Amino acid sequence: MTHYLLSVIHDWDALDFDSPETQQSFADTEAFNKDLQGSGHWLFAGGLLHPDSSTVVDGTKAEPIISDGPYVETKEQLGGFWVIEAADLDEALAIAGRASGACRHPVEVRPFQGVVD
Amino acid sequence: MPADFDDRIAEIVRAEHGRVVATLIRRFGDIDLAEDAAADALVTALERWPADGIPPNPGAWLTTTAGNKAIDRIRREGKRDAKHQEALMIADPEHNEGGPHQPTGPISDDRLRLVFTCCHPALALENRVALTLRLLGGLTVAEIAHAFLVPETTMAQRITRAKQKIKNANIPYRVPSAEDLPSRLAGVLAVLYLVFNEGYLTSGAAGTRVDLCEEAVRLTRQVASLVDEPEVLGLLALMLLTEARHPARVDAAGALVTLDKQDRTRWDAALIDEGHRLVRRCLALNRPGPYQLQAAINAVHTDALDASMTDWRQIVQLYDQLLRVQPNPIVELNRAVAVAEVDGPAVALSVVERLDLAGYHAWHVTRAELLRRLERDAEARDAYDAALALVENEAERAHLVSRRDSLR
Repeated sequence: MTHYLLSVIHDWDALDFDSPETQQSFADTEAFNKDLQGSGHWLFAGGLLHPDSSTVVDGTKAEPIISDGPYVETKEQLGGFWVIEAADLDEALAIAGRASGACRHPVEVRPFQGVVD
Repeated sequence: MPADFDDRIAEIVRAEHGRVVATLIRRFGDIDLAEDAAADALVTALERWPADGIPPNPGAWLTTTAGNKAIDRIRREGKRDAKHQEALMIADPEHNEGGPHQPTGPISDDRLRLVFTCCHPALALENRVALTLRLLGGLTVAEIAHAFLVPETTMAQRITRAKQKIKNANIPYRVPSAEDLPSRLAGVLAVLYLVFNEGYLTSGAAGTRVDLCEEAVRLTRQVASLVDEPEVLGLLALMLLTEARHPARVDAAGALVTLDKQDRTRWDAALIDEGHRLVRRCLALNRPGPYQLQAAINAVHTDALDASMTDWRQIVQLYDQLLRVQPNPIVELNRAVAVAEVDGPAVALSVVERLDLAGYHAWHVTRAELLRRLERDAEARDAYDAALALVENEAERAHLVSRRDSLR
């Protein structure tokens, strides 16, 4: 078993929350989440608020420095993510394919270190 | 010891490399360990075979020896994680020593698993190619680096990175599910065809390169023996029928000789024969696909004892079929060449002009040849120049220069 981070990265400003398509994608994602919990692959998941609401803390110096986020200034930002458990990459990719279909965005699949049993 | 004996050992080891490594990866779940143990077994073979003779089943001998070497390594390096311990329990060398070498069993499945791992779509295409040649083809990193004209350190990094990704992302070592199999097999065939084409259309000097064409044919034969799928046979036939024309493809001065001017007596009759048999088998299976159709087109060409006897109508029909399963402008360009023979160069040129392929040298070559036949020499000359600006292959460059300079 390997744990994978499934991240959804998209252009926040291109997203129209009120459109019927976006509302449908939220409903589909919710249904997908229920499935994932039922199949035992679910570890954690969540959708994030707009990157404008993020704050960066740099605690590497004596005094932590706090600044307005996001950390990386790009149009495409993390929108939400899943943490799943899968037998191998093929299973993770199959799940990610369904996740991507439900949320209407490409999904990046990345393994966690150290949780392979 | 005689040199041909060395060659025989080298040949056996190369041929068995994929089998040995694949079996060890299944047993120990560790690609690096499998490769190291296979290399250890090779050293032992080179020490013992010259004196003892080559064992009756060298593949089984190498697999058993490499398995024991792997266990030695695990013990020596104190690698005692669960997987390795399990492997030790399954096959302790104490129970093997002195006994007869077991037949290698359903090893073909191991090699098939390994093909799908090496050609996994989660790996970058160039890494898939390198890994397939390394693990299944048994080529050294240096040989692969030479073949692709990159520094050895670059190739070593590429292979290391690919192996790390397999480990970290947990890319499985198994034949994909029935549902994924067709698309994943298509990915494997694409890698093999890329290796073949890299060998065939090689840019630059060829002196130091291992024969990638031969390697691609060998690996495709392996895959064909493991899966029952007509597209694999189609790809094999396509490679054989292309390779068959190789001896006539370049003249004494190193310039490319086009199909219509090749000395067909120099074609390899045995390869053509095998290619034609495979194409007939594909026809009987009646599940056509892009590789089978391209093989069929090559079968029509190689059926003609003289270029003038080519059945161009059938070739156009096959291209029509190919366009239906694989619509793309390069297929349309190739079809236009056949159309020129059936309907004349003016019709073909109007097809070619519509294609958006100005960055592809073959488009300019085709235009040049059609313009030449229409006696539009100035335009033909410009088209040859445009092709020359894009072409990388030396034999093809020499051919194009002579074509251009023979214009009035």
